[in-house]
Amino acid sequence: MNLEIILHAGLATGTILLFAGIGEIFAERAGILNLGVEGMMLLGAMAGFSTSLSTDNAWLGLLAAIIAGGILSLAHGLVTIHFQADQVVSGLSLTFLGTGLALVFGNGLTGQTPPTMPSFDIPLLASIPFVGPVFFQDHSILVYIGYFFAPLAWYYINRTRPGMHLRAVGEKPSAADTMGLNVYGLRYFYVFVGGCLAGLAGATISLAVSPGWYSDLTTSGQGWIAVGLVIFAQWDPLRAALGGYLFGALRRGILDLQGPALLFGMTNPLYINSNFSFFLKMTPYILTILALVLGSRAAIKKRLGAPAALGVPYIRGERGL
Amino acid sequence: MNLPFTITFEKRVEDIPKWLPAATSIGSVIIAFIVSGIILKIIGGEPLLVLKFFYEATFGSWATFSDTMVKATPLIMVGLACAVAFKMQLWNIGAEGQFYIGAFAASLVVLVPFVSPETPRVVVIAIMIIMGMLGGAIWGFIPGYLKARYHVNEIITTLMLNYVAILWNNFWIFDKWSEGGFQMTPAFEKNAWLPRVTDYAREYNTFMEGGSGLANFMSSIGLERISGMTLHVGVAFGIVAAVVVWWILDRSRWGYEIKLIGDNPKAARYAGLNITRNVVLVMMVSGALAGLAGMSEVTGVVHRLQERISPGYGFTGIIVAWLAKLNPFAVIIVAILFGGLIVAGRELQPSGLAQLLQGIILFMVISSDVLLRYKIKLVRAQTTVEAA
Repeated sequence: MNLEIILHAGLATGTILLFAGIGEIFAERAGILNLGVEGMMLLGAMAGFSTSLSTDNAWLGLLAAIIAGGILSLAHGLVTIHFQADQVVSGLSLTFLGTGLALVFGNGLTGQTPPTMPSFDIPLLASIPFVGPVFFQDHSILVYIGYFFAPLAWYYINRTRPGMHLRAVGEKPSAADTMGLNVYGLRYFYVFVGGCLAGLAGATISLAVSPGWYSDLTTSGQGWIAVGLVIFAQWDPLRAALGGYLFGALRRGILDLQGPALLFGMTNPLYINSNFSFFLKMTPYILTILALVLGSRAAIKKRLGAPAALGVPYIRGERGL
Repeated sequence: MNLPFTITFEKRVEDIPKWLPAATSIGSVIIAFIVSGIILKIIGGEPLLVLKFFYEATFGSWATFSDTMVKATPLIMVGLACAVAFKMQLWNIGAEGQFYIGAFAASLVVLVPFVSPETPRVVVIAIMIIMGMLGGAIWGFIPGYLKARYHVNEIITTLMLNYVAILWNNFWIFDKWSEGGFQMTPAFEKNAWLPRVTDYAREYNTFMEGGSGLANFMSSIGLERISGMTLHVGVAFGIVAAVVVWWILDRSRWGYEIKLIGDNPKAARYAGLNITRNVVLVMMVSGALAGLAGMSEVTGVVHRLQERISPGYGFTGIIVAWLAKLNPFAVIIVAILFGGLIVAGRELQPSGLAQLLQGIILFMVISSDVLLRYKIKLVRAQTTVEAA
C-alpha cells in the first residue's frame, strides 16, 4: 500500500485505456460506433508480440500492431459505412473476428520472450520528489508518449480545421456533405485511426505494461472498459486520459489491499481468506458501471451528449441527419 | 479507375421475396466456411480434412449428433434470450452472465439446500427452473433498470456484469461449496438431474426385444442402441421456450409493442406506450431465458456447479439470434449448427478456429443484409464517360 507505487502503476495501465479510448473517441466523433475495440486490441497485442519475436525489434512489433488494428477496423468501416449495417452488431462481430484471428495466429506464442519497448527515467524531472518517481521514473516510452498524446488529440479535435471537419461529419453529415467534405472518406479514415490506436493499445499491453501473450486473457475485457470510458469521458480526449489513469490507479490500489495483514488497524479479511479477492476483481467492472451511471447523469444535467449522428448511417441523397 | 461496369444500389420499394432472408443466411454461412478455409490454408492447415472432421464429429453418427444437440440446447435458449432483446433494439450482450447467475441460483436449491434429498425429482426440477429463471431475470433487471432510469448504455453494463457474474460464481465454488479444494461443488443428488435419454435405455431395450415394427424401423435408421446418449430433457425446455417466444412476439399485443418500440421508439412514445417499463421487462425476460439455459446446463450436463460451465454460450447466442433473423424457430436450427461447431471446436486446432468462424459468419450475415434493403445492379458503363 504505497501511494507512489499505486500511482506509478496507474499511469502505466491507464495508458492502455488512454490509447484505446482516444481511438474510439475519434471513430465516434466521426459518427461510427465501433464496439470491436476488444478484438482490435487483442489482434494488435498478438501482432505486436509475434512481430517483435520474429524480427527481434520491438518497434517493428509496435508498427505491426498499429497496422493490424487499423486493417481489422476497415472491415467494420466497409460494413457500416457502405453496407449501412447495424454498427452495434458489426462491432460485436469485429470483436469475435479479432479475437478469433488473434487466437489462431497467436497459437504457440505463450511463454516466449521477445524484446519489449524501452523503459527509462527522464533526466532531471525524475529527481523531483514524489512527482519524479510517479511520473518520470522507469516508465515505458509509450507512457511518456501518452502524456503528449491526449492534449494533442484534444487540440486536433477542438482547435484545428480537420478536427472541425471530423466533428461536422459526426454531428451533421448532410451539412458536412454540402460543405464539400467527403463524408464516407472521412468516416473510413477515422474508423481506421481508431483501429490503429486500439492496435497500439494492444501492443502497449503485450510489449510494455505487462509483456507477454496470454491468449484472450491478455486484454481481459479492457477494450470494453475503454468503450465505457468514452461515454464517461463524454467524448473528450483529456477526460478519457484522466479517467484511464484514475481507473488504472484504482485497479492497482484495490489489488494491493490483499497485501497487509492489518488494514486501518483491523485484521484484513483478504489476508485471511484469499478467496475474497474474487470480489476485489469485480471492482473494475462495477466501477465502470458506476462511472457510466454518474457520467450519464452529468450528461443529462449539462445536456451533453453523444455526437448527434453516432450510429446513424449516412446515405447520400436521402433525407436524414 | 475505370471499370467496364458500375455497381448501383437501388432501394427496394416492393416487399422482400420470402426466400431471400433465409437464402442470405445460408449463403453467408457457406461463404464464411470458404473464407475460414482460406485462412486455415494460409496458416498451413488442411481445410477439407477439417471440414470432414467437423462433419464426423458433429453429425456423423447418432451418438455424436446427440452430443451436438446437448451443446445446441443452451444455445437455443440463449439465442432466444438475445432475439427477444434485439427485437426491441436492446443490445443484451450479457446472456453469458445471466447464464452463470441462472446456474448459480438453480444450484442454490440443492446446495443450501431448499429441499430435502427425498423430494421427488419433478418438484426439485420445477423449483430449480423457477430459481434459474429468476436469477437470470435479476441479472437482466440491473442493466434494464439502469438503461430505463439513467439512460446508461446497456451494451457496456451487460458486458461488465458478465465478468461480475463469473467472479461471483467462482467465489462460491472456490470457497463455500468447494469440494475438497477443487473449483467445483459436490455433485447434485440424483433428484436434481434432468432425465437423459440414457436413463430410458433399459426400458427401451426390453421394449426392443419384442421385435416390433418400431424396433425394425429404429435399427433401419441405425439407432439400435441409445444407451450412452447424453441428450437430456433440457432440449424440450428450449423448444417450449421457442414456442412461447414466438407466441409473445408474433401473436400477443405485448410482442407488437416490443416490435413497435424497436422499429420506431418515437412513434411508440406518441402512441402512449410505456417504454421505460417495457425496457425493464424485456431485459428481464431475456435474462430469464439465459438463466434457464444455465439451469439446464448444471442439471442436465455437469450435475454440479463448477468453473467454466459455459464455453461462451452467451456470446454465441448473439450470432445465433442474428443468423436466425430473430425468428424463434430459426433459432433452433441455427443453434444446432453452432452446437456442432462447439463440439468440433473442442478438438479443432488451433483453438481460436471456432471463434474465428463465428466472427466471419456474423460479418457475412450483417453484410448480406444490404441485399435485403437494396437491389444491387451491374450497369454497363457508357463509353462517353471516358471524357471525364
